[in-house]
Amino acid sequence: MWINNPNIVTDTVKTAVEATKKQDTSWIMHHVLDARELDFLPFGVIHLPQLHLFGIDISITKHVVFMWLALVILVVTFIFVARSYKKSLIPRGITNLTEVLIVFVRDEIARPTIGKGNERFLPYLLTAFFFILTCNFLGLIPYGSTATSNIAVTATLATISFIVVQVGGMMKNGVFGYFKGLIPHGIPMWLLPIMLVVELLGLFTKPFALAIRLFANMTAGHIVILALLGLIFILHTYVVVPVSISFALFIFLLEILVALLQAYIFTMLSGLFIGMAVHQEH
Amino acid sequence: MNTLSYLLLLTFSEGGEKGGSPLDVNPGVILWTVVTFIFLLLILKKIAWKPILNSLSERENFIKDSLEKADKAQKEAEKLIADNKVSLVKAEEEAHKIIEQSRELAEKLKAQILDESKSQAKKMIVDATSEIERKNAEAFNKLKSQVADIAVNAAEKILRENLDKDKQVKLVNKYLDDLKN
Repeated sequence: MWINNPNIVTDTVKTAVEATKKQDTSWIMHHVLDARELDFLPFGVIHLPQLHLFGIDISITKHVVFMWLALVILVVTFIFVARSYKKSLIPRGITNLTEVLIVFVRDEIARPTIGKGNERFLPYLLTAFFFILTCNFLGLIPYGSTATSNIAVTATLATISFIVVQVGGMMKNGVFGYFKGLIPHGIPMWLLPIMLVVELLGLFTKPFALAIRLFANMTAGHIVILALLGLIFILHTYVVVPVSISFALFIFLLEILVALLQAYIFTMLSGLFIGMAVHQEH
Repeated sequence: MNTLSYLLLLTFSEGGEKGGSPLDVNPGVILWTVVTFIFLLLILKKIAWKPILNSLSERENFIKDSLEKADKAQKEAEKLIADNKVSLVKAEEEAHKIIEQSRELAEKLKAQILDESKSQAKKMIVDATSEIERKNAEAFNKLKSQVADIAVNAAEKILRENLDKDKQVKLVNKYLDDLKN
């Protein structure tokens, strides 16, 4: 058999060593990173328009396009769903699917985490959940790209969540009351400066963690899949094909779970932070 | 944010000189994310969340109301059944009572009728007995007179038939002989 041929084995090892020496991971990163064009290889490449505003580069990138795609999908879907509710209160077809998710966000996220007054934050939580979910899933389809694996996107989403949390807390407790409520009751006066710093830091670590969590989770799975498939080309052998494919498939299935899970976690933690800001007595 | 991203870029820049780092922050993407998300939030709030959430709560209320109504109806039905049972028992009692009463009445009537008929029968027997006795007596009297008549007639006939001289003389002689002895 050709596996026993020492020439081929040394050859593959040599290739692998060379590939590692070069440290050329750009082909993986190319798939994960944002880009200024849409790849539809082998059919062609669409170059996206480059825009500048007040000296800032606001070009449309691949991730922006996929965010817009998510936006269009969501708007079209929910126009359809809202219309189906007008016809009949009994859900049918796609309404069943969206209703499960909407009721899940309302009953399992908004109500337990925020409690009283969750109705005001429900539109934000629902939008965040469905937007992140759709972006996550768009990364799993062929030629797709995960907008949520861009740190700029996740950081912005986390910042919006942060603003919602702060504004929600301030609207409920008043601006002064909100900042006063951040510091726990009954601590000695001399601890106040330290507590102030700790609490302020805590305020900012929450959205930071949100951003990093979503970004890392959505990036990692893709990199692992690409690395597993890349193994075939790095090692130049068909032996790893079944292993690579089955492992990549497993990671892909895991990514479906992660896509759902991360949308849930982002929304749930946003709800939790809103709840903590709104009901400071707990 | 900018300094942080530069710092992170510096740390990760070894990995990919060509395509940049995954930690690059593109200000354009931030802007577009804000615009997209806010737009999506506003449009979905208007076209989707409000009507859908309203429909959901409307349906939930409807289901709650229906369940409450069904519960109420069931309780009412149960009460009705209990009422029916009570009235059924009452009716049964009533029927029992009526039957009992009529039985008593019938018993009484029977006894009365029996008594009456007994006394009547007794009276009839007495009547019949006296009648029979009377008839017997009458018949006996009639028989007596008839027998006497027949006997007289027979005697007359016999006397007429046997009234010839020789015999009478003989007989008288015989009697006289007897007397002599």
